Parts: sequence; C-alpha cells; structure tokens
Amino acid sequence: MDDLLREFLTEATESLDLIDAELVKFEREPNNADILGNIFRLVHTIKGTCGFLGLPRLGSLAHAAETLMGRFREGAQVRPEAVDLVMRSIDRIKAIVADLEVNDGSEPAGSDADLIGALDAMAEKAGASGASSPAIPEEDGEAAAGDGNPDELERLFRETPVEVPSAGASSAAGEAGRPGAPVAVRPAGGAPEPPLASREAPAVHGDDGGTHARGGSAAQSIRVNVETLEQLMTMVSELVLTRNQLLELVRRQEESEFKVPLQRLSQVTAELQEAVMKTRMQPIGNAWQKLPRIVRDLSRDLGKPIDLQMLGADTELDRQVLEMIKDPLTHMIRNSADHGLESPGERAKAGKREAGTIRLAAYHEGGHIIIEVGDDGRGLNTDRIREKAVAKGLASAIDVEKMSDAQIHAFIFHPGFSTAEVVTNVSGRGVGMDVVRTNIELIGGSVNVLSRRGQGSTFLIKIPLTLAIVSALIVEAASERFAIPQLSVVELVRVQKGSEHRIERFKEAPVLRLREKLLPIIYLDQMLGIAGDTRRTGAVEDSFVVVMQVGSRSFGIGVDNVLHTEEIVVKPVSSILRHVSMFSGTTILGDGSVILIVDPNSMAQVMTTGLASGVSAAHKDEAPALTGAHAAETLSLILFRAGSDEPKAVPLSLVTRLEVCDASRIERLTGQDLVQYRGSLMPLVYLDQASRDRAQGERAMLVFTDRGRAIGLVVDEIIDIVDDENFTIEFNSEIPGIMGTAVVKGRATEILDIGHFLPPTFRAVAGPRNVRPAERPRVLLVDDSAFFRNMLSPVLRAAGYDVTVCDGVREAYSHLDADPPYDVIVSDIDMPEIDGFTFVEQLRAGARTRDLPVIALSGLNTPEAIERGRRVGFTDYIAKFDKEGLLAALEEFTADGIGANP
Amino acid sequence: MSMPLATVREESHCQFVTVRIASQLFGLPIWAVHDVFVPQRITPVPLAPAEVDGVLNLRGRIVTAINMRRRLGLPLRDDGDPVVAVGIDFQGEVYGLLVDEVGEVLTLDRSRLTAKPPNLDQRWSAVTDGVFALEAELLAILDVESILASIREDHVSS
Repeated sequence: MDDLLREFLTEATESLDLIDAELVKFEREPNNADILGNIFRLVHTIKGTCGFLGLPRLGSLAHAAETLMGRFREGAQVRPEAVDLVMRSIDRIKAIVADLEVNDGSEPAGSDADLIGALDAMAEKAGASGASSPAIPEEDGEAAAGDGNPDELERLFRETPVEVPSAGASSAAGEAGRPGAPVAVRPAGGAPEPPLASREAPAVHGDDGGTHARGGSAAQSIRVNVETLEQLMTMVSELVLTRNQLLELVRRQEESEFKVPLQRLSQVTAELQEAVMKTRMQPIGNAWQKLPRIVRDLSRDLGKPIDLQMLGADTELDRQVLEMIKDPLTHMIRNSADHGLESPGERAKAGKREAGTIRLAAYHEGGHIIIEVGDDGRGLNTDRIREKAVAKGLASAIDVEKMSDAQIHAFIFHPGFSTAEVVTNVSGRGVGMDVVRTNIELIGGSVNVLSRRGQGSTFLIKIPLTLAIVSALIVEAASERFAIPQLSVVELVRVQKGSEHRIERFKEAPVLRLREKLLPIIYLDQMLGIAGDTRRTGAVEDSFVVVMQVGSRSFGIGVDNVLHTEEIVVKPVSSILRHVSMFSGTTILGDGSVILIVDPNSMAQVMTTGLASGVSAAHKDEAPALTGAHAAETLSLILFRAGSDEPKAVPLSLVTRLEVCDASRIERLTGQDLVQYRGSLMPLVYLDQASRDRAQGERAMLVFTDRGRAIGLVVDEIIDIVDDENFTIEFNSEIPGIMGTAVVKGRATEILDIGHFLPPTFRAVAGPRNVRPAERPRVLLVDDSAFFRNMLSPVLRAAGYDVTVCDGVREAYSHLDADPPYDVIVSDIDMPEIDGFTFVEQLRAGARTRDLPVIALSGLNTPEAIERGRRVGFTDYIAKFDKEGLLAALEEFTADGIGANP
Repeated sequence: MSMPLATVREESHCQFVTVRIASQLFGLPIWAVHDVFVPQRITPVPLAPAEVDGVLNLRGRIVTAINMRRRLGLPLRDDGDPVVAVGIDFQGEVYGLLVDEVGEVLTLDRSRLTAKPPNLDQRWSAVTDGVFALEAELLAILDVESILASIREDHVSS
C-alpha cells in the first residue's frame, strides 16, 4: 500500500467518525448551516481524494451522498429519513474503507446501486421541493464541483497549506473534545464561525493528542508513527533504569565528583521521561467520538429520546489505556440506554423530563482517571438482583438478606448476570458487565456502581493514567523481593504477637482484625509456593500485612517485610512465562536486580475462591489452579428436593449453574426432554417419573457442564448451600444413583451419584466406598477437565483420601515438593499442555519421584495406548469411567492406607 | 541480526558455537547467538515451568534463563559448578540458555550434517536439528526455536 493511500485511510477514518457526530447534531438542528457545512466538506474531501486515488466505488457513493447534502445546503427541507439515508451511506463508506485497509488498497467487489439510487431519488425530490430558503453563500463554488475532477482536486491541494486553523473542524472535534458541551444540543458556545471558504480542510485529529489545525499552524504538529513513540518510550525506560543504577553507585561513595553532573542527568532524565509520556497521551474524547452516533441509533431503535452529555473530554490519558477502555465504555452506554433509561411514557408518569440523559464525565484524581457513566433512569432494581443472585446460586438466600444495597448491586458484574426481562439485541444477554469489569481490571482499574431507585445509576471507573510506569511497593517474602502496584494498596499494617494488630487463625484461615472487621489474609510466600518452614509452623511473629482493595474485594497480603516504594518501569514477562497469572510483569530495581510484579487481580481471585462459600462452580473454575489445595479442604453441598420429601444433595463443585425455567419451555422429543439454553438445546434428566410428569410452572434445575456440553437435572426445589468439611458420608446405599447418606443440617440427606443420571457420554467416576477417614493417604489428581476433577475429588475424598487437584502438569509440579510427599498420583493422559505420557516420563527421571506410583486415567483404552502407558512408566492404566478400578488401584498402591482400615 | 538469515544458512559452510552440557557437546548456529555471559543474580520465578531458572538483567533487558540440563533431562548441576549463559533473541525476547561451558566456533560443511538417529531420546530429538560426527566426538546441533517453542507449548495453557 503506498503512503498516499495509507494517509488517506487514516484521515478518512477520522473524518467519518466526525461526520457521524456531526450528522447526529444536524438531525437535531437541520437549520444550522455550520454543521451542514462541516459535513458537506468532509464528504467532499473524501470524494475528491477517491477520484485522485482511483477508488471509483467509494467515489461514486460519496458523490451521491454529497449531492444530497448539496441540496440541503441549497435550502431543501431536511427530513429524518434523508439523514438516515446519509448515515447508511456513511456506514457503507466505512465498511469499504475498512476493507481497503485489509485488502491492501483494493476496493472490495460489490455494488452500491441501492444506496446511490435512493440518494439520487432523495436528492431529486429535495431539489424539486426545496430551494426556497436562501442558500448558504458559496464562496468556493464547491457545490457546483460535484464530480471530483482532477482540477478541482488540484485546487484543493494547492489551497491546503495556506488555510488558517479550521474553526469548523475544531468544533467538530471539540464536540467530543470540549468540556461542558452537551452533544445533542449544541456545540460549545455556538459562537459565530468564519466563512466556509476558510474551512475546507478535513479535521486532522491526530494520534498525537488532537491537533485540529493545518496551514498557518502546520509546523506545530506532525503525525508520528505510534511505533516510533513506543520505541522512544522503551529507550527512555532504559535510560531511567541506567540512571537509577548510577545513583545507587554514587550513593555508596562518600565523596564523588560525579555527584553534581549526575544530579543534572537525573533531572533531565526525569523531564525527558515526562515529555515522552506526554506524547503518548491522548484526550479521552478520542474514545468518545463514536458515542454520539451510537446513542442516536439506540435512541431511534429503542424509541427513547436521549441526551448525551460529555464532560471533560480533553482529559488526557495514555493511548494504550485509551484503547482498552473504548469497548467497555461503549458497552456501558448501551446498557444505560437500554436498561437504565425508562421509556418516555414511564418517565412522564414518574414526573421526569421525557428525554433521558446519559452523562459521561472524565477527570483526574490523584494519578488516576475517573470516568463516570451515569443516567437519570430507573436505577437498579435491588430486589430483583437479589432474587436473581440467589437463583443463580451466587449467594444463599440468607446471605443476601444481610448484604447492603451496594453489595447487592455488585452482583451485576458477575458472569452471566442480567436482570433484563426481555433480551433485546442491544443488551441483556447476560454477557457484558462482567466483561466490562474484566477489561477494566486488566489494566489495573476498578469499576463500581452507585444507584438509587428511580433516580438513576452511575458507574464509576477508576483507571491508571498509564500502564508503562507504575508506583509500586517493594516487599519481601521468603527472602525474595516482589513489587505490588500501589494502585490496589490501601494501607500497611504491622502485625506482632501481643500487639494491637495480630493475625488470628479462624479455623485454618488467617484473618486480621481491622477496625471491627475481619480481613482475610493470604501469605505471599504460600501463594507462590515458596514458603519456608517458619511459615508452616506459624513461627513468624513480626510481619506486615498489605491491605488491598481490588474492585469490591478487600483482603490482606502477608509479607515478611516492606522495603520502600518505587516508580517502576513495567516490562512484560517473556512469552513462556505469560501463563503464570500471578505476575503481571517484571522490573529492574535501582540496584540492577530483577523483581517480579505481583498481579493484584489474580491474588483477589485466589482469595475469593479460597474463601468461597456459595460461589458458583463455574466461577471457581476460572480461578488460578493454586486454590486446588485449598478447595480440597472443604466440601460444599447443594441441598434440594426432588421426587420425594427427603432432602437430597450433590457436591456443589459439580454444579455449574442453577437455572429456573418455565415448564412450558421444555420440549419433549423421543424419550428425551430438552430445553433451549444459551443458544443450544440442553438435555434434561429427572430423578423419577413423577418429577417428569409435573409439567406446570417454574422448574428449577442444576446445570452440569463439561467442555461446552450442558445437561440439566430438574429438581422440585433448591433448598440451600451448606459448607462443611466434616460431612461424614455413609456409603451404605444399595439404590443405584444414591451414593450414600450424610447428616446435613440435622437431617439425613441422600447424596446423589450424579454419574448415574447423566448419559453415558457424560458419565464419570462417582461411587461408594465403605471407608472411614483414617490416616489419609495423599493423592495428587491431575486432570485438565474441571468436570472430571470436580467429579472425582469428592469421590476420592469420600473414600478417605487427602486429595489435591491440579488442572495440568505444570501445576502438579508446583505441588510435588509438598511435605509430606504424595503417596500416589492419578493423572489424565490427554491434556493440552503436557500430556500424561510426558509427565510420567519426567517423573521417572526425577530422583524423588522415580518410584512414586502413578495411575493413568484415560478415555483412550486401546491396547497400544495401554502398552505405551506401561512402557513410559505408569504404574497402572485405568479407564476414565472405571471408578471401581481406580479405587482398587489406589488401595493397592497406598498399601498401609485405607485398605488396612476398612 | 541485520544479516538476512536465509543466506547465511544456505551457504555450504556454517559456523557453530559449541557448548557443553553435562558431557555432551552441542552446537548452536552462530547467527542465533548474540551474547555469551556469566549469569549473575537470577531471580527465580515461582510457579514457572521447571525449565525456567528465573529472570535476570542483562544491560537493562530482561533475560529469561533456561536450564538446558533440565530441558534435556540431564542430572542437574550442583551449586557452585560453573555455568555460562548463551543469549539468544527469539521473537523479540531475550533468553539465556544455561550451559556448563562455551567452547570454540567451528566452521563445518553443512553437507556433513547427518540426520539424528531415530532411537534418540525424545526430549533430545525434539530440540536437535542433526549431528556432526567430529573426529573426537559427536556434535549435536540445537534448534533454538524448538527449544523455546516446546517449553511454551508445553506450558502455556490454552
């Protein structure tokens, strides 16, 4: 692609966004000649350049649109359908431009006859009816030059360098770029603007932070390739590091002649760094440009008049951050329009102005940027969110009663949560707010919602100014240093035995009493698997707790020492380390050593899942695998009634989701009930025939999923979720499908063997063993399938083993050094990272693990596979569904384990 | 590397940097090696793949240190044993292959490169291009890309 074309594409894309914004305004103010002039000129420039570059398709479409716009300029009446048509044409032009970019400058095949025909027809009609009001002066004779001939173009190019800064263009850009300019109403101030002749150039809204001027001020801004800026940034980072190292060196010498020049170097470096950072900054308005058009379309689709107010659009932030928040912002605006704002009728009834307002504001606050997205709509329905949270199994009915409104509102950020009664094509599909949160947290930001019933909701997004350099707290754990980003740090607490602040053990979980609240603590060294002996025995007396706030979650990180704070340059970890989610990057300290930057989000996840009670299994699955050892400690059961009156239970970890659906939605096919679920058909199973026959009203179901397939177990009523680590399951059942009984909340409860109810393809190991917990042999279970992990671990645990689950070989390695050592490993064969064959080979090569029994668990039961399994060193090879075989093998290999204690 | 790699590789004579890992002699194509240094202060990375000894600072760049003995399934080095790092650039990132010692640069005729024997240990086979039968011993040519790609594939979860 040649440079000229590339330049054109960049400018065209920018112009098109401006046209969108202008058209929205134009529709409201059809008589504003300035706006019309802007649009006309932008379209005209695109058309002209197309002719020059040999892009006939684009050219003729732009020409037709321009002709219609010309009629408006001549005074024809502006009707909404005409604006709509122009917008559709602009959309088509955008699509073609996008294609050009992909296809290296060649126009995509296709015809625009439909649009051109409609545009021409509209123009003719407008021409016939219009031309009554006085035409706008046309000093440049532009309207006449509708064919984009080379002469015209040449003149255009010739004029460009001498143009004065274009007020029209800047007002176009400024409509997104000036504070206090309510878009839908009027551009800032509406001051008289210079005549059209001086405003021919397209708005140049560059990557460098919004320069809208050309001509006289041309020398003041240039376009710079983003890559060049990035490179510059990297080099400055290196310079900062080198400077830090020099400073460190000089600090160690009493008298040094380097001191003064180094001070100067230090200062210059700091200034340079700041200046380079500035080049990366862009006004947030750049991310807002598309919003007026989106809101306009939404307003039309939803039949709700909407005013979009944008404040603080000139607030600057790093372009990298800017890119990352574009999509979340768009989504939130859509949400506000769709769910937040009421229909005009409802609004009138509530005594509100008919047109709803969506307010977007940005401002700086102590090293961060705060973005507010608010509406004056109906506000969040706390009661419905509460119900939904319970129905989805996110919290128990008892829990939600105790929660504050703000806590309840926070549920909207959970995956799959949507309270919209009607799913529209705008939003309400239950994906969205969780994605928004994830994206924002990814860049170290947070999002909260404030809402008052009947008065509207406001989302508060807090994001860092830049991602390249962060302020970090340097801490020490297990004699290693780590950096924790300050953004998430709330305070530091020193803990000592006998002092005001001390860490107490609540069951095994360490907690800290802090201002009447219990703060859960995780030790950094333990989480990273590098804890020494003192931690294990609890002998550490003097340490620090870094109090963290990530989103709505508060927790403490226990560290041995807090050293200092430092502005660190974030360097990404190499690609072979990228999956270690606990670290977000590395940095080089002043003394030249490399340290790792801890990722607060990953920690928060570990924290939540470590403490989880009543959190859905699906949510647990997303958590880093580290929690495996934790999760093994407790068993959560979900209690329900089905068929008979006695409560029944299944391990919560097996259930992905709780759903409610109306019985009328259940479709009956040959012997199989199905329900439409998330875009596909989900088979349903029942505990007994009576349960199936009840075809009235709402049915609750437990949804189990494995690798994308889902199945629903229909139950009569979901009672509760209970956590306990001391369920004693009596495996005394002769009834197929019942694993055994346990006393739960004082009542005998049947524990179901889910495997029995699932279709054969789904069925996995789950079954009874007449064993009581005794000296528990330790089992390491490695399987990439969450379903099998969750299926097997309760069974093995119930059979008296101390089970640690791992989602892959990588994680298994982190557990292998555990003390006491594992007695046996049960490993899947077919895993994405390292497969079971390689794993066992590696184990056999290690001194410690050479003789460890390793049982292969596989769906692959060909004689060849079994032979290969034996050859590479598996102790035994067992089919995935053969739970009896597995338990027998485990018994065999843990000789003095439970086999001896029946 | 500003020199086009293809032309260097296709010449009939190639240069290899020899390194010793345990008792075996290995060769790395000279174009792949951009640095040889003694690693200092390696910061261990918890939870990382076993082959990764840690990260270190080489003139302001972060280097990921790969323990070649572990990658090749050889007995690990004792504390205090000499170790040298061979710095290689791979897809814009710097890696340091930790080896026992770096030898000389050999110029060898590519046509004498023989295919690796089919009964070669799988872990070795995966990272070797072929073998030169030198007078005194065998020189196994390492494929830098495979070494790193295989670690990544093994460990990066889907």
